[in-house]
Amino acid sequence: MKIIVCVKQVPDAKDVRLDPKTNTLARDGVQSIMNPYDRHALEEAVRLKEKHGGMVTVVSMGPPQAEVMLREAVSCGADEVVLVSDRAFAGADTWATTYTLSMAIRKLDDFDLILCGKQAIDGDTAQVGPGLAERLQVPFVAYVRKIRECDGKAMQVERLMDDGYDLLEVPLPALFTVVKEINEPRIPSLKGKMKAKGIEITVFNASDIEADPEQLGLKGSPTQVVRVFSPELKGERAMLAGSADEQVAQLYEKLSPLL
Amino acid sequence: MDYFLSEEQQMIVDVARQITEEMIVPQRAELDETEEYPRDILNAIAKADLYGLYIPEAYGGFGGGCFEMALALEQFARGCTGVATAFAASALGAYPILISGSDELKKKYLPRIASGEKLAAFALTEANAGSDASGIQTTAVLDGDHWVLNGTKQWITNAGEAQIYTVIAITDKSKGARGATMFVVEDTDPGFSYGVKEKKLGIRCSSTRELIFKDCRIPKDRVIGRVGMGFITVMKTLDQSRPGIAVLGVGLGQGALDEAVTYAKQRVQFGKPIISFQAVQHILADMAIQVEAARALVYSAAKHIDAHKDDMSKASSMCKVFATDMAMKVATDAVQILAGYGYMREYPVEKMMRDAKILQIYEGTNQIQRNVIGQELNKEYTRAS
Repeated sequence: MKIIVCVKQVPDAKDVRLDPKTNTLARDGVQSIMNPYDRHALEEAVRLKEKHGGMVTVVSMGPPQAEVMLREAVSCGADEVVLVSDRAFAGADTWATTYTLSMAIRKLDDFDLILCGKQAIDGDTAQVGPGLAERLQVPFVAYVRKIRECDGKAMQVERLMDDGYDLLEVPLPALFTVVKEINEPRIPSLKGKMKAKGIEITVFNASDIEADPEQLGLKGSPTQVVRVFSPELKGERAMLAGSADEQVAQLYEKLSPLL
Repeated sequence: MDYFLSEEQQMIVDVARQITEEMIVPQRAELDETEEYPRDILNAIAKADLYGLYIPEAYGGFGGGCFEMALALEQFARGCTGVATAFAASALGAYPILISGSDELKKKYLPRIASGEKLAAFALTEANAGSDASGIQTTAVLDGDHWVLNGTKQWITNAGEAQIYTVIAITDKSKGARGATMFVVEDTDPGFSYGVKEKKLGIRCSSTRELIFKDCRIPKDRVIGRVGMGFITVMKTLDQSRPGIAVLGVGLGQGALDEAVTYAKQRVQFGKPIISFQAVQHILADMAIQVEAARALVYSAAKHIDAHKDDMSKASSMCKVFATDMAMKVATDAVQILAGYGYMREYPVEKMMRDAKILQIYEGTNQIQRNVIGQELNKEYTRAS
């Protein structure tokens, strides 16, 4: 089974600060990590490989520094890693990102499955997974919490919902985004770390993936960020006192104008 | 301090530290309370390839030595000496096979120990044989193609959890020190069972039980080395393994220092963090000096042992004494720094203090270690004169 995992390098959420002047993320001196949901996607891919055989290819679009994260992916079981990196990609929104990633993935061998985290913890859009599936014209399932069965042609998966889960059978190739409930990611192994040290990282630039320059980076991004700001907290708080019956009566009185 | 580790050695530290931070530290208080064996953590250690650090590559290991093993153990003990003991016990059980076993025995057992698929345990101590190993009463008698073992081993770490036991028994009482032999006993062997789990002061998540042999029959080829060489194998095993206990002291001491400094920086009394008081600073400074001195000695001893297999005893005993006495003192000082809070189970230092005590006792009491060092000095200076 050939599995592709898309991962993103993000600032460590434990260490997030906003630049008070620009209201953008202050990235200086902030530790970069693999997006935590992507870590679960990678773990699931490695487990599928261990069970069914095959190969796990990790793809990331990002600056050259993302190499550190890609080596970490190898230490956790990835077989090969591809960095999609070019100055022309800078400023991409999710539209341009899915275009770029889809062009890169077309350059790779055929795949049976693509796994992504359900969203990245920096942008929080949750759009790249579904967008990429659309670009590649494969079936898509979000919030996968369990892969039950796989016969090589189709997969049975559980999709996490607010009030339970959906059980879906999906023909392959397909793309799933996963939630953290799907597994417990492993800690890198010693042999994995030694392999990661020596592995060659394939780098694709804009011409390698034969991309249309108009659809890349800021130029190819319809999203325009006008202003970023922290919302002001305006909620009012009231404490009710008295017996339970009295409190219910007070609450009813407060709510009744809204009914 | 920088000990100029190789890239591979640094990787061992990094992997072990990640397991410690992500798994051991969050679980240690509960494991101490429930006294449950830390199976999940040991499985993660196995998956991370750390069970075979000291086993040659030919038998499925990493091909390192005492020093590489020490690097991993130090990190685990920084989190929990109970977990680290459960991990280390498998190596102690494997050393007799590694040191004296035939190639067949090595091929049969070491790869599975190296992968962590099977755990090992070492069985020497008995009710009447502690510091004086000659008090062993467990016997082994040859009966056709089998050895038949009878007796009871006491306080065996990993008992009931391990699948492979290296056991010493008397095979010819008339031959004294040459009358004992080591065997491999498997958990499924007939006539082999376990006693109750002991209740301990510290390292409570590690398993400590009796091994009971009642006409336990094992195939003839389970003898480790030659018949009558048991005590020599035991001595070599302990020489090899003691730096592992020493480094548990370094890890524990470092963990206690970490807690003490962190607490002293945030605890405010008389309007200031207590770390600003010289009385506190001096205790912390002495703790730091002791931990670093012990680390330097243990690392040096481990490297010496890896390079000089015929001259291990003194270095091994010296580092065991120094680092474990240090751990007891530093853990006690950490409790003093945290004072009332330190005495409460809510903070980890009271557990460290309880855990530290065993380090001065097991794998040879620190008094026995001083005997070894004294005897070695006597030999050395006799040779020199």
